[in-house]
This record gives sequence, C-alpha cells and structure tokens, in this order.
Amino acid sequence: MILQQQISVELNMRNSPSDPPCQSALFKGGHQNITFHQHVNPSQFIVWELLQDGPICRRLFSNSGNFWHTGTISCNIPELAAEMIHSLFLINHSGDIFLEKHWKSVISRSVCDYFFEAKEKAVDPENVSPVLQTPHHYLITIYRDKLFFLSVIQTEVPPLFVIEFLHRVADTIQDYFGECSESVIMDNVVTVYELLEEMLDNGFPLATESNVLKEMIRPPTILRSVVNTLTGGSNVGDTLPTGQLSNIPWRRAGVKYTNNEAYFDVIEEIDAILDKSGSTVFAEIQGVIEACVRLTGMPDLTLSFMNPRLLDDVSFHPCVRFKRWESERVLSFIPPDGNFTLMNYHVSSQNLVAIPVYVKQSITFFEMGPCGRLDITIGPKQTMGKTVEALMVTIHMPKAVLSANLTPTQGNYTYDLATKVLVWDIGKLNPQKLPNLRGSLSLQAGAPKPEDNPSLNIDLKIQQVAISGLKVSRLDMYGEKYKPFKGVKYLTKAGKFQVRT
Amino acid sequence: MSANSAFNDEKGGSSSVGEPEYGHDPASGGIFSSDYKRHDDLKEMLDSNKDSLKLEAMKRIVAMIARGKNTSDLFPAVVKNVACKNIEVKKLVYVYLVRYAEEQQDLALLSISTFQRGLKDPNQLIRASALRVLSSIRVTIIVPIMMLAIKEAASDMSPYVRKTAAHAIPKLYSLDPEQKDQLIEVIEKLLADKTTLVAGSVVMAFEEVCPERIDLIHKNYRKLCNLLIDVEEWGQVVIINMLTRYARTQFLNPNMNESLLEEGSDKTFYGSDEDEDEEEEEEKDKKAEAPAMAKRKPYVMDPDHRLLLRNTKPLLQSRNAAVVMAVAQLYFHLAPKAEVGVIAKALVRLLRSHSEVQYVVLQNVATMSIKRRGMFEPYLKSFYIRSTDPTQIKVLKLEVLTNLANETNISTILREFQTYIKSMDKDFVAATIQAIGRCATNIGEVRDTCLNGLVQLLSNRDELVVAESVVVIKKLLQMQPEKHSDIIKHMAKLTDNIQVPMARASILWLIGEYCEHVPKIAPDVLRKMAKSFTNEEDIVKLQIINLAAKLYLTNSKQTKLLTQYVLNLAKYDQNYDIRDRARFIRQLIVPTEKSGALSKYAKKLFLALKPAPVLESPFKDRDHFQLGSLSHLLNAKAGGYQELPDWPEAAPDPSVRNVEVKDSVPEWTKCSSREKRKEKKVEKPFYSDSEGESGPTESADSESDSASGSESGSGIEESGSGSESEESEEGSESEEEEEEEKEKDKKKKKKELKKPVQESESEQSSEEEERKHERKSKQRKSESESESDEEEDSESESSQTESEDSESEAEVKKKKKAAESKPPSKPVKKDNKKEKKEMSLLDLDDFEPAPSPQATPVNSFLSNSLATDLEGLSLSDAVLSPATISPSSALKSYEMLHRITGEGLSVEYCFSRQPFSPDANMVAVQMQFTNNATSDTKNLHMEDVKLQSGMRVKEFPEIELLPAGEMVTAVMGIDFCDSTQAANFQLCTHTRKFFVSIQPPVGELMRPVFLTENEFKKEQGQLMGMNEITEKITLDVKCRNEHSIVQRVITAANLSRVPCGSDKECRFAGRTVTSSSLVLVTVATKEEGAAKLTINCEKMVIGTMLVKDILLALTQ
Repeated sequence: MILQQQISVELNMRNSPSDPPCQSALFKGGHQNITFHQHVNPSQFIVWELLQDGPICRRLFSNSGNFWHTGTISCNIPELAAEMIHSLFLINHSGDIFLEKHWKSVISRSVCDYFFEAKEKAVDPENVSPVLQTPHHYLITIYRDKLFFLSVIQTEVPPLFVIEFLHRVADTIQDYFGECSESVIMDNVVTVYELLEEMLDNGFPLATESNVLKEMIRPPTILRSVVNTLTGGSNVGDTLPTGQLSNIPWRRAGVKYTNNEAYFDVIEEIDAILDKSGSTVFAEIQGVIEACVRLTGMPDLTLSFMNPRLLDDVSFHPCVRFKRWESERVLSFIPPDGNFTLMNYHVSSQNLVAIPVYVKQSITFFEMGPCGRLDITIGPKQTMGKTVEALMVTIHMPKAVLSANLTPTQGNYTYDLATKVLVWDIGKLNPQKLPNLRGSLSLQAGAPKPEDNPSLNIDLKIQQVAISGLKVSRLDMYGEKYKPFKGVKYLTKAGKFQVRT
Repeated sequence: MSANSAFNDEKGGSSSVGEPEYGHDPASGGIFSSDYKRHDDLKEMLDSNKDSLKLEAMKRIVAMIARGKNTSDLFPAVVKNVACKNIEVKKLVYVYLVRYAEEQQDLALLSISTFQRGLKDPNQLIRASALRVLSSIRVTIIVPIMMLAIKEAASDMSPYVRKTAAHAIPKLYSLDPEQKDQLIEVIEKLLADKTTLVAGSVVMAFEEVCPERIDLIHKNYRKLCNLLIDVEEWGQVVIINMLTRYARTQFLNPNMNESLLEEGSDKTFYGSDEDEDEEEEEEKDKKAEAPAMAKRKPYVMDPDHRLLLRNTKPLLQSRNAAVVMAVAQLYFHLAPKAEVGVIAKALVRLLRSHSEVQYVVLQNVATMSIKRRGMFEPYLKSFYIRSTDPTQIKVLKLEVLTNLANETNISTILREFQTYIKSMDKDFVAATIQAIGRCATNIGEVRDTCLNGLVQLLSNRDELVVAESVVVIKKLLQMQPEKHSDIIKHMAKLTDNIQVPMARASILWLIGEYCEHVPKIAPDVLRKMAKSFTNEEDIVKLQIINLAAKLYLTNSKQTKLLTQYVLNLAKYDQNYDIRDRARFIRQLIVPTEKSGALSKYAKKLFLALKPAPVLESPFKDRDHFQLGSLSHLLNAKAGGYQELPDWPEAAPDPSVRNVEVKDSVPEWTKCSSREKRKEKKVEKPFYSDSEGESGPTESADSESDSASGSESGSGIEESGSGSESEESEEGSESEEEEEEEKEKDKKKKKKELKKPVQESESEQSSEEEERKHERKSKQRKSESESESDEEEDSESESSQTESEDSESEAEVKKKKKAAESKPPSKPVKKDNKKEKKEMSLLDLDDFEPAPSPQATPVNSFLSNSLATDLEGLSLSDAVLSPATISPSSALKSYEMLHRITGEGLSVEYCFSRQPFSPDANMVAVQMQFTNNATSDTKNLHMEDVKLQSGMRVKEFPEIELLPAGEMVTAVMGIDFCDSTQAANFQLCTHTRKFFVSIQPPVGELMRPVFLTENEFKKEQGQLMGMNEITEKITLDVKCRNEHSIVQRVITAANLSRVPCGSDKECRFAGRTVTSSSLVLVTVATKEEGAAKLTINCEKMVIGTMLVKDILLALTQ
C-alpha cells in the first residue's frame, strides 16, 4: 500500500563531536530540494535498510572542514488508514510470545525482535524503553507482573492512550482470573481472547468497564463451567449490557445481594527520601480509597470527610460527581458493583508529613582488606501511638559485596548473592527494644572499595491509622430502602521510602 | 479455574487428542503434514449436530489462533457454522472469520448473507456485532455492501449500533479510499448525533478519514465541548486532541497581547502574567510580529474558546492518565499563560503511576518545563530521583530538574546532584554530569563551583565518569579558557589513562584550541598521540589531525615533523573521512606553490575564535509537536501525525459555530454536567441537594438544603419504586409526577417548620410551577415521540434537568413563584424609574391587581419584577429601625454589560440596600436587563461563577424570555465576605455567553443598625487604637450643613444615622454584612468647613476603604 515513498536525509553538523548541532540539512526526495533548518534536533535513529543512498550523502558533507556530522535517513511511508492499536503480543519473562491478537491484518511475530534486542541491551526488564521505533511500526510495551504486553502501532497515537489501555487489559485479566500470569492466561486463553475482542474494535477501545465486560463474557466459575458443559449453555451474554447504553456504564442493572455491605479502605503510602542525617529531603503522602461495595439496586452514596481540606490533589473513578466535590468536598457517587478504586489523593509535602520511623545506620567499607561493616538500628518516630508492623529493610548492595555475616536482634535477614539484595525482615517494631542489625560484609578480593553506600528501602505498615490524619466522617446512602453494613478501614504503608546513606 | 480446563477435565479422553496442540510447537507449516489428521478431528466436531462439540472445537481453534498457529485449512468447516444458534459458537466463528477472511476471500463471501440478515435483527447487540464482523472482513468485493450497511446503521435507532457504524467507517476507508466522499457524508451525519456513546467513535473516524475537513466540526463544536465530560474515557482523549487542533485554527492566540483589557470584567483571566520567563518573551516577540493588528485591538477571548477550556478542566481529575495528558496538552497549547499552571499538579500526580506512564509524562513535562518553568517549580522535589527508579526515568527526571534550575534553587539542586553522582548506575551518573554542565552554563553564579566539582571527578575511579566529566569540562572551559590553564594541563595528563574515545577527542580538541595556554605540553601530547595514532578510534584520529594542524600553525618549529608524520599516517587510513581530512588539511596548511589562495587564511580558519557551545536541552523546541503525541515522544513525525497549526492572524468568523436549531443549544448547555445525567437515575429527592449549573456557588444553600434533602430522602423510600431504568422512567411519567408531588408535600411540611409562615404560600405556587415545567417538557416529548428512542432519552433528560434547575434554584425561585401566586402587579416595565422609588419606599401600590395580563407578555418576566418587589416587602419587617433618612432616592447604578458588547443586551446593576431575605449574609444586587436588540433574548441565566474563596452567590432566577425592546429586573444575592473583590460570572443567553463581574463599593458591604447615643459611645470606646481611623477634611462648599453631610455619607455607605445631642457631630452606624462587625462613622464639623472624620471598625481594611470613599463624598 505504499503510494509514494519519500526519503529524507537529515544531517546534523557540529563544531566538535559532543556539541549540539549548529546546522542541519534536510534533503527530501532524492536530494533535489535542499532546505536548511536551524536547530533541527538530531534524530537518534537510522534506518539502515535504506542506506543505499547513504554513502553519497555522507560524502557530501564529510568534507566540510570543522564540522562533525551525524546523518539520519528516515523514510516516511504515508499510511492510508490508521488504527490505534494494531496487534498485541504477550511475552513472558524469558522472552516467549505466548499469545497474539491482531485487530487488523496479521503482523508477523518477527516485529518483536526489535523489542527483544532492546531487552537484551537493558539489563533490567524495567529499563526497556516503553516506546520503540522500528522501520515500519512503533512498539509500545508495558511490563506488568513479569509479563510484557507489547502492542504494535503503525501511526500516530497518544502513547499514554495505548499504555493506559494495556494496563486496563492487565487489570481486566487480573479481575477475571484473580491473577495475571502466563499460566492463568493460557488456562483461559479463549476467554482472554474473547475479552480482547470486545475491548478493542479495529484498534479503538470499545468496552473497557469491567462490569460491562462481565455481562458480555462471564468470568469463569467452577459451577458455571460444569453447568455449561451439561446444558450446552455459554459464557457469552446475548443481550447488550445495560451499562453499555446507560450513562453509568460502570454499574450493571439488577444487582441483588442478601447482605448489603459497603467497605472502604483508606490506604496511605508515605513516599519519602531521608538523607544521611535522618532529615527529610522530600516527603509526601499518596492515598487511595479502595472500595468494596455490594449493594442491591441503584444506591447513591455520599461519603464525607472530617477534614477534606487536607487533600491536595485528587483523581476519581468516573462515578464520582466532580462538581459536588468542588462545591462541598463530599464524594457523591453511584458505585460500581464490587471492588473498585474510588479515589486517589495526594497530600503534599507542604503539610508536614509524619515520618513513622527513624533509622540509624552506618555502612562502611574499608580501604584495607576486603571487608566492610554494617550497623542499622530502627526506632519509632511519629507513629500516632500505633505499632509499626511488617517492618522490612531492603538494601541493594554494591556488586562487590560477596557475602554478609550479620546478627539481627530481631527478625531475620537474607542476602541474595545473585541480585546482591539484602533483606532484613523485622516484623513488629518494639519501642522498648529497638531492632538492630550489625555485622561484617565481605568484599570480592581485589575489587576496589565501593564508592557509594547503598540506600535503604524501608517497608512498613501501621494499621488503623491514616498518617495524613484523614478521617471519613460518614457514609450516607440514598435511593434504596435497606440498611447496609458500612465499614471504613485505615492503613498506612511505606511507599517509596528511601534512606540515603 | 478456567472454563476451558474444566471442560477438558470433564471430557477426559476426547479432548486429550487436542491436548498436545497446546504443548509443543510444531515447525512452521507443520500443520500440513502431521497435524493434518488432528484438524480432521476438529472438522468432524464442527460438522456434528451438538453445539457442545462445536463449541469445544471452536475453542481449540481459537486457542491455536491465539498462539499464532495457522488454522486456515479449517476455513470451510468453520464458516459453515456462522449461522449457528449458539451465541458463543457464533462469536468464536466471528473471531475466526475476521482473522482469516482476507486470506480466503471466496469462501468468506459465503458468510456475508448471514451478516446481512443479522443487520436486520431486532436485537441491537446482534445488529451491532454483525456490522462489526462484516466491516472487519477485509475483502474488497464487499465494499458496496459495507457502505450500504454503514449508511443504514448510521441512522439506526440504537446508539450502540450507530457507535459500531462509526467504528466501521475507518475500516472501510482503509479497504477502499475511494469511498471517502460517501464516508464523509456518514461522518457528518454521525457528528450531529447527540449521544455521548457515539461522539468519541465518530470523532475517531473523523480523525482517520478526513482530519482536514475541520469545517465539519463547526456546527458540532459546542455540543462536543458540552458532552465531553460524559463521553467514555477513550473518546475523551480523541475528542480533546481533535479540539486542540480545531481551536488552533479558529481562535486567536490568547497570549499574543499582554496588555490588560479595557473591560474590567475580563481582568481575572489575564490579570496575573507575572510568571513568564524571559525566553518565553523572546519566543513571543517572534510570534507576535505577525499579527500586527493585534497590537491595535485588545484581545478578547472567544466565548467558545473559553467554553473549551472550562469544560476540559474537570477532566484533569480523571483516573485515566491519557485523558489527563490530553487536557494538559490542550491547556499548554491553548490556554492563556496565567491559566496553564493548573495542569502541573495533575501531571505531577501521574508520576506516581506505572513507570511507563511516568516515562511519557516526564517527556512531556520536560518539554513544558522549558517554556514554562514557573509552572513546575513548586513541585521541584517531586522530581527527585530514587535509586530504585528505572534508568530512563532517572534521566528524564534529571532533565526536568535541570530545566527547573535557577539562581534561587540551584544550590538545592546541586546538592541533589551530588548524591546522584555516587549512584551505582553509571549511565545515570554520566547524565548527571551533563546536567551539572548545563546548570553551570545556564547559571553563571555557580559555574566555578560546578567546574571545581567536575575537576574533582577527574580523579574518580570509574572511567566513564571521568570521560563524561572531561567532555563537560571542555565545554565549560570554552567559555573562559584563560582562567583555567591549570585545568587544561591537568586534563592533558589524563590522555595517558582515559580510553573513552569521546573524552580523548575532547581533550585533544581542547589542547589544540588553547595551545597557547599550554605551549609546552601541547607538542608533547601530539608526540604521544602520533605514536598511538593507528590504534585510535576515528573521532580521536580526526582530532589528532586537528591538533596537529593547529600546532603546525602556531608552533611549526617543534611540530612540523610530527604533523607531517600524522598526516602521512592519515593518508593511508581505512576511513575515507580521515583520508579526506588529511588531504584537505595538508593543502590548507602546508604552503606549496600549487596551493591556492585559501592557505593564506589557514590561520584564520583554524584559529578563529569559536563561540562557546550553548548547552541546550534536547527537549527544546519539541513543542512544535503536539504534546502527548507519539511524534513528540520520538521527536520525529510519525505516520498520520496531524500538524498542530499556528494560530490564525485574524479569527475566522465565529458565527459558523452557531447552531440554528432552537432547542439544541440550551439543551446541551443544560445537561452538560455529568452529575446531572446521572442524577436522573436517582430518586427524585436528590435533585434538591444536587448542585445546579454553577457548582461552587451553590454550596451555600445546598448545605442547608442537604439536611432537608436527606430527610426527605428517607421519607421517599417508602413511596419510591426502587431503582428505575431509563426506559421505565419514560413510561411512568405520570407516576413520577405524583411522586414528586408527594415529595413536595413532605418537603413542604419540613420547610414550613423552619420558614416564616408567609412562605408557605410560595410552596404551593412552586408546585404549580413545577407542574408547568413537567407539562411543557411532556409536550415536547410527545412531539418527538416519532423520533428515535435515544432522542427521547435526551429529551427526557432535558426536562429532568429543567425541573432540577427549578428546584435547585430553590429560594429565589420560590420568591418569584410566591409573587406569581399573588395577583400580578401592574407592569413595571413601563416605568422603571418609578418602580425603583416605589420599591424603596415600600409603596404597596405594587400589589394592586394588574390591569391586564396581556400587558405582561411572559410570566417569568412579570414574576421577576415582582421578585424585586417582594424584596421591598420583606424589607418592611426587617427594617423596623428608625432610619432617619431613607437611604436613597438615587441608588447609584453601575454598568455590567454594555449594549454593544452584549450584542443588544445591556445590563445595569445597583445595590438595592435591602436585606436579601434568602440569606442575611448576602448583599442584594438588583439588575436591570434591557434588550435593545431586534430579536428576543431567551433563557437569561448565569453560569460559571468565579469567586474568591469564601464568597457565595445566590443566582437570580432564569429569565425565560426578554422580548426585543423590553426591560426586566432581577435580584441576586452575593456574599462578598466583606471584601471588595469582584464576583465574576457568565451571563448566558440562549445564544451567547458574556463575562461580567460585579464589584461592590465598600459602602455596600454593610447594613444599617440602630444604636442609641450611649451605645454608640460605648462601642466606639471599645474600638479605639488600631481600629480607629481619623482624617481631617475640608468639606465641600455645598456640603456644610448637617443635612447634606448626612445625605452624602448615607449615599456613600449603607449606614443609619445615630441620634446625637450635638449638632456639630453626625454619627452613623452599621454592621458589615458577612461578619457583622460594627462600623461607626463620626463626622465632627468645625468652623469654615473643616471637619474631622472618624471611623471605628475592627476590620481595618474596610475602615480604610470607607474613609477614602466618605472623604471623596464629602469633599467633592
């Protein structure tokens, strides 16, 4: 379908190798139109397949005195029609493609080779760039639960659109089958395939609300599959889900429960960076309200807070009436059925963030002899009178650290030789007897002393308190007659809580 | 537990045949050999009569497709089942067909008739899926059939089918671009669709088929803006991106003209432009040159432009990162500078999301932070790097931090950088060193600090770190080489150790360039390099040649031979670039008889002063790509990318967006907000506590309302009929009406307890009004009954919202209705001036029976004027205080909307100085609307109130009709919170929106109180010191008697006179409306017009402002 092939050659000239280009030339259509652009950025990528023209261009500009150049040749193939997401490949941790789905014509698996190449280069799977450019396609990949979701794009599309959709696919799989892993997907390959078919039409998202999908394709249960085999029934709904047409696509009609209950978990995570001396470099609180609502009919809920002004920035599930929040600072919504994230919020560092623990640490490596010392003590700081639980310290040691010989006063520690990760699982923090980990580290013989000290990542949990002080004052239900069970639970966790050493 | 595996367990033996299919991976093409038999088995199952067998076979086939195996040989067997009754089998057959139809076109045609039948099915899901599959079969022969099907589906009853039709358009277009014209017709039709379901899909089709046909959007622009919040997330992204482009072609650049506007009303939007950078200014200068006319004419934002900005803003709170990003880019590209800031918070929030999202967001933040640094500065710390971040995120955060660096925060940032340098991630360390270099070039103050820091890094053990430092130091030295010859010497020594080519090349260039500073070392370095020349990398070789040439020119004695040697080596190098360079340089520097004129200039050529490099962010100028796009991310145009057009020099005609259809505009503006549309699902009681058009302003009364709302909510549970679906709602209209009445009764009772008795009358009438609304909407409904059901839906919505409106505007409207229930007064419009006087004088003439109903064309008009009358009535019980002089024969009126800007509508307002009875803390503002145009103005109401925090507004009731040439008055209440900040809002008519504002003089922020002389003295005694302001004045000649002083003071401020024994003193007292703080004014006259003005008030700001105002009143 190539109508017209346009080859453009771009050369960037510099004064010296590391300078940014001061001039660049752009050739189009076989060197006929030459235009000069100021400050055209160097493109990073070269299409080697088209380099038959290359040497000539390079020669043209390599003689120009003090100029350095980098050349790129790119090829624009005007596409006749675009679609957002063309194909999807699921790839496991070891690099096998175990599922593919094409929403338009079939694209060969070999397109994934570009991705594998990038994956090879990046040591850590997290370091693979989410957007890759190949001669004819763009690859947008997400990494979730040790799986790569790789989508193939042919034309312009907002990258976040694709990324967000891919995460939604992963969420849906998680929601349907309880986890998102290769084995689960392969066990339910037909259902997953049907889901993908419904979620995307010609590359454009069609139905992504889990409640709508669940009416179209019922999630598997043991009972249903037995019944279906006996009766020849199916897992596929034959009517249009009511949500699809209504203004509240997230809720299905005719929900019935014998026990009507609505539970809300207010979970806060402290993101902090503490410096060597223990003072806070940066701290903020990220909160989320997870809801589990099992209510009959069409309830209309209003959740209000004692101190909504705390919340600095918020984002909502589409069900929340934004204007109501703007004007009254209450959450008014018709909830989706089941589990969902009602709201995310952010309490900024302007309000002082309580740091629940302090860490006294010293990690030293000696110049003489292949060893080092480690001594860490953790104590409670601002815990709001609650116990700190599930305390855990993770340290990514420098490569040179061979082994660790340590003694914890509480909990136990492991040192993974392959990944060089030291994990000290403490458990409950006892303010009377502070946990301490001390001992020696042995280094690889002959290796230079590591220059930097590794930073400590801390995990902890505090039950029954939201560290920002946020409190739900009441939950009201309108629109239904029954009295639901209501519950609010608070939990504080450490998010990205890092102590620099 | 999966369906599939469960099935396999059940079936045991029979399915085990297919089992290996999952396990091993046959060689490509293996299907045709060993697998062939197995497929035979599948064929048998497909041919059987049992659905369960067919289903099992299909499942296995689909599983094979999912694994990427070829099952095309099964096509004939599968396609037979396309008409299978079992819906799951059918679905799987569809999946198969879509996958293989392209390869087996002839056979695929067999299935077409099934789909054609399906298109006529009564079940909308079947119609839709038939169209979906039909359009997904990429077989050119069926293009006409597809075209026909799409056209038909585009006018289907079901919005879901229409949505599918919109999806099918790009599919057909990619199959046969010839169909474009016909498809555009369909798109045009679907663009006019009013359901949110269709909007996103059709805009997507528009973007893919005819993005250049921007003219198709005009008529639908306002609708799309208003629908936006209710469209599903994915559609929102597409629509917002499209509207960004649209706005760039249709509106003027809001930043082109910095000067403040003439109209004070628009001030808020452009008021604070302080956070501009200088770069930005330059940028603007370039752009601003073009629209020269802009300098002459002040910029006024097109209301449609404002509409877009306003309606997209709430979406920043979306949970979908793509939507947030789309809004962010829209604001970045379209909003006035002062408003762009709002997006920063939302973007920073996204940094907590998945790392892929972070990656994309950071790319965009990096671009934005160059242009608008101020925007992200408050969030500097959010970009601090954690050791656990993936490398690409670290590098991007570093980029942002560098962009944000300025004189004030550089020390913090450098301290951060210092910790980063110790990181284990060497790529990241290298990036940090570059970032330090950039900070050093951009911020002169820290250049030496940075340089010293970098020089220290030269002794680092890691070679990469050293190499990167060398490169950066080289750049920094280039800026002021003379100062740092010792560093150059130090670096020269490093050539022995550093192996990284780029670093070596940099050192060599540096030595060559500044060889005068290191005259002894330079030749020695060249000697060493000549020795190792053959083993060097290309870039190093080139720099060796360069160094040799430069040394030859400056110090030919020592280096002549060395240069010759190097050039000879280069002559036979493998790389043509190096050979070229050597030949070129030899000709240039070594004078021979043949050498041309150039060699004379060799010194000039080589030793010319090189400009210091500007270290630029790689993200500079990336914003010529639409932010958030793939092209922006890659910094290269991706296929299908639509350029973001430049702002037009002159705005195209805005009237193209006007929609002629009368109903549609108000309808869409009304049910714009998401909550409303949802609200209709809810039982009625919620309407009362649901917010009206203008969110925040409602908070005041909805607080009080919500109490009663929830009470009546519990009451209605008995009468309510559980949950009602959309369809049934329509049917049970009459029921609902009854219900509503019941509710109202209940509410009424509750309210009656709280409200003064006189209000109960109004309740009754409000009910009547309510019914009227119902009836009206019902009529409309019956008219449109013949139309598609979806339109009915929207119809009913609008009627719902209408009734909502009427309820949410609670108090004011009740007033109005109360008035209505009374015998209508004589038409006020005839004598407006008189009316004002009468009102203030509490003339009960107002309530004489009206002469004739015909004289008052529309109810609302009448009732509005009556509402103001009623204000007068309520005044009578409130102001029992002996106001010695009635406040004002002449209330000063202010202009809110001039008839020219208002396109014929002019509005004046005055402060009527009567208590605003719905809320005592509000100042009553009386507005007078005059329609000077030739056509009627409809649906006058206010929207989008922008207030300082704490301020509240009680809207005036909507004026349904203002006939041409007529005049009408309305009253609204504003709680100014004792400040003179203006209340800004939009005045909307059925066609236009005007930005207006009301700013109170300080004297209107108080109400008179009655005090005795003793009380006055006592209070004054308590308000001494800081709270007392005294001013000596000379009274105006005309104003030296007591009467005129009193007159002028009372005109300036809403105070009441306090009796006083002395005739030399006039005393006045009042309380501020919101906080009820006492305001005491004393004017003590002396001989010859000298006087002393004393004001005691604990609100000092009010006091000072009041002094000024009274001073002005008395001295002029």
